[in-house]
Amino acid sequence: MGFVTPDYGTIFWMVIIFGITLFILKKFAWRPILTALKDRENNIAEALASADKARKEVAKMKTNQEAILDEARKEKNEILKEARELKTKIIDEAKTTAHAEGLKIVETARLQIEAEKTAAITEMKKQLVDLSVLVAEKIIQQEFKTDKNQEKLVEKLIKDLKFN
Amino acid sequence: MVNLKLKLSEKANYLAFLIVFVSLGLASQSILAEEVHEPAEQIAPHQEQFEAGKFVIEHVSDAFEWHILTYKQHHISIPLPIILYSNNSGLNIFWSSKFEHGHASYHNFRIEEEGEHAGKIVELNEAGAVVGLPIDLSITKTVAGIFISVFILIFIFLKVAKSATSSTGRAPTGIQNLLEPIILFIRDEVALPTLGKDKSERFLPYLLTLFFFILIENLVGLIPIFPFGANVTGNIGVTMVLALFTFVITTFSGNKHYWKEIYNPDVPWWLKYPLPLMPIVELTGVFTKPFVLMVRLFANMMAGHMIVTVFVSLIFIFGQIGGPALGGAVSPVSIAFSVFILLLDVLVSFIQAYVFTLLSALYFGMATSDHH
Repeated sequence: MGFVTPDYGTIFWMVIIFGITLFILKKFAWRPILTALKDRENNIAEALASADKARKEVAKMKTNQEAILDEARKEKNEILKEARELKTKIIDEAKTTAHAEGLKIVETARLQIEAEKTAAITEMKKQLVDLSVLVAEKIIQQEFKTDKNQEKLVEKLIKDLKFN
Repeated sequence: MVNLKLKLSEKANYLAFLIVFVSLGLASQSILAEEVHEPAEQIAPHQEQFEAGKFVIEHVSDAFEWHILTYKQHHISIPLPIILYSNNSGLNIFWSSKFEHGHASYHNFRIEEEGEHAGKIVELNEAGAVVGLPIDLSITKTVAGIFISVFILIFIFLKVAKSATSSTGRAPTGIQNLLEPIILFIRDEVALPTLGKDKSERFLPYLLTLFFFILIENLVGLIPIFPFGANVTGNIGVTMVLALFTFVITTFSGNKHYWKEIYNPDVPWWLKYPLPLMPIVELTGVFTKPFVLMVRLFANMMAGHMIVTVFVSLIFIFGQIGGPALGGAVSPVSIAFSVFILLLDVLVSFIQAYVFTLLSALYFGMATSDHH
């Protein structure tokens, strides 16, 4: 067989075989393989895209978190400051109140003492008077028998007894 | 495979064939060197002329039987079906073994050895004279080789398809893993750049089939042991059919723009009228493109097979000139070169499959492109 002249028998069989092979492979091999490849590529692309999205979301969340933390810190500081202020104020107020109260108490005490003192003095005076009267009576009973002398003496005594 | 007609002594003959066989099978040189030195003293006196040209041509040509080896002057070969239709005797189907390796005639048919119809089956009349050629649709060695490799091809890819569909979403393993990069290469480096995204899907099944068909035929042709080794892509009929498929697909998918560029290309008017120079050139191009595809693949694979066989026959040529000792001395060099060429052919197998596919894709791209 000359090898540069195509043989029609070979061509005949080749057309049939190649045609059938093309058909079988196209239908049962290339279609599933190419579909599988494309599916996998899509899956990978999707996975990458979603990973990217997730990463971005995480970054966004981090920023958010930072902002929230910042805010919280600020708030905390503010609260602390406020609390400090409040504390100072309360203490100050308490001090003022206590001082005032103390003054008031002292004043009251003083007044009371004064009143008590006056009362005591009055009582004392009264008792002194009674005592004096008693003493005087006894003296008078003994020395003065007349009313005239008695009166003169009492008056003189009271005058002398005047509380300085 | 190799129809050696060496009438050496029995042992020498056997060993000589072994050398051819093993050297084609990429065996190590040291073993061969030992084997060759042995028959030096046992060489037969009645040595027939070794015809290197005939040996080479027979190796690379098609045949009606699948010759495996010649042992003790017996040809061991696989018979292939002969299918003939003649006007005189109608349809004849029989095994090629009936021809007794071309020495006998059967049912008035005979393989012509010389003359105009050399190598073809001719029909004889009762007197033994040639009366004509029957329609010959025999399963020759090439056709049988195609059948075998196509079975392998289909088997492999159905398996890949099965694992591709069953293991969706998982990493590919095994043969699927091996072939997927090649499929992706054809898709992304051959089809996509030449055809674009939409059209590549249409032509991709053909391109993939073409690539893997050529690749497997090329590679299988390099394995010298039955059931491989048929020089399929080095057969011009085979490459012609492949080119024809590309041509038919190109022609049928050609759009308006494609045909306009052929019959009325954008060139100065005097190139088209009164003499339609450019249309003629363009129209010639339509036919030369597939023709070049056919010849390129055929010539490359044929040359590879030829050079390997030539290097092997160098052993016998030298053996004839200076005796078996010289033949033996030359054999390591011969074998080294054969191995080198065979390895080169492995590379060429891939390159030619790629080139054929790429050019087919380019032609499809040209036929379907919308813009200039």
